[in-house]
Amino acid sequence: MKDLWWWVLLAAATAYATKLVGYLLPQRLLDRPDVHAVAGALTVGLLTSLTVTNAVASGQQLTPDSRLLALAVAAVALKLKAPYIVVVIAGALATALGRLAGLP
Amino acid sequence: MDLTQRQTPTDDRSSATGSAGLTPAIRMGLSIAAAVGLYGTSFGALGVAAGLDVWQTCALSLLMFTGGSQFAFVGVIAGGGSGMAAYTAATLLGVRNGIYGAELKALLRPRAAIIPLMAHLTIDESMANAAAQTDPGEERRGFWTAGIGVFVAWNLFTWLGAIAGEALGDPGRWGLDGAAVAAFLGLLWPRLHGRDPITIAVASAVATIVFIPLVPPGVPIVLAAVVAAGVHLIRHRGRDH
Repeated sequence: MKDLWWWVLLAAATAYATKLVGYLLPQRLLDRPDVHAVAGALTVGLLTSLTVTNAVASGQQLTPDSRLLALAVAAVALKLKAPYIVVVIAGALATALGRLAGLP
Repeated sequence: MDLTQRQTPTDDRSSATGSAGLTPAIRMGLSIAAAVGLYGTSFGALGVAAGLDVWQTCALSLLMFTGGSQFAFVGVIAGGGSGMAAYTAATLLGVRNGIYGAELKALLRPRAAIIPLMAHLTIDESMANAAAQTDPGEERRGFWTAGIGVFVAWNLFTWLGAIAGEALGDPGRWGLDGAAVAAFLGLLWPRLHGRDPITIAVASAVATIVFIPLVPPGVPIVLAAVVAAGVHLIRHRGRDH
C-alpha cells in the first residue's frame, strides 16, 4: 500500500491545520460568553456522538453487541466515582467477558 | 460549559497536592495517558489488520495524533474504501479539534510561540482534562499532562500494537473496542451537570443513531455536533441578551 502514504501524510497535515485554525481565531470572538456556551454544547454533542458511535456502529450499520455491556458497566463505574482508568478497564473486561460468553 | 463555574475559586480538591507533589489535574492526566495508551495497542493492531504497514500505522499516531480520525482512516481502508474516502472521514472527525483549539485558547490564553506545539497536542483528552479543572494553573497542568502523556503512551503502544498485530489476533476478543466506549463515556460524564448538557447529549445520541445508516462513517459525529449547537441555541434564544 505504497500509494497510501500520500493520503496518510495529507490527512495528518489537514488534521494539524484544523487544530491550528482554532487557535488562530481572534481572542475577542472567543471571549464572548455565547461563543463559549456554544463551544461547550458542541463538545458535549461530539463526545456523546463518539460514545454512541463506538458503542453501536460498524461502518454504516447499527450492530448492537458486547460493546453495549461496556457502556452499561462504564456508566455504573462512573456513577460510583471510579477513577478513569478503572472505568476504561471495566469497559474492556465487560466486552471481553460478553464475547467469551458467546455474545456477538 | 458554564463560564461562571470555571471562575469560582479553587475547590479544596484542586488546590491540594498529593504526597508525591502530584495535583489532581496531573494525576488525572497520567491516568488518562495510561488508559488511552493501552487503547493505542488496538489502533496499532487494527491499522496493520486494515492493510497499512507498521510505519504507516505509526506515522498516523505521530503526525495525525487524533485517535478518532486515525480509527476512521484505517476503518475506511479496512472496509475496502479509497484513500480519498479515508482522508475525508478522518478530516471530518478532526473538525472538533478546531473547536477544542478555540476553547483551549480562550481557557489557557497561551503565548503565540507555544501555540504550534499546543495545536499538535490538542485532542479529546487534553481538552477534556483542561476543561475539567477549575483553577487556571490546574487547567494548564491538565492540558500538558494529558497532551504529552497521551502522545508518548499512544505512540509507544501504537508501535507495540502494530508489531503484535498478528499475535494479538482480533482486538475485539480483548474487549479493546469496549475500552473505547468506556473511555469516551468517561470523558463525557463530568460535563453532564444540569439539564442543558443532558438534553444536548440525548439529542446528539438520537441524531447519531438516526444518521449512522444514512451517511458515511464520521459524518454522523459532525451532524450530531450541529444538532447539539442547534439545541443549545433554541433553548437559549432570547435568554442570553
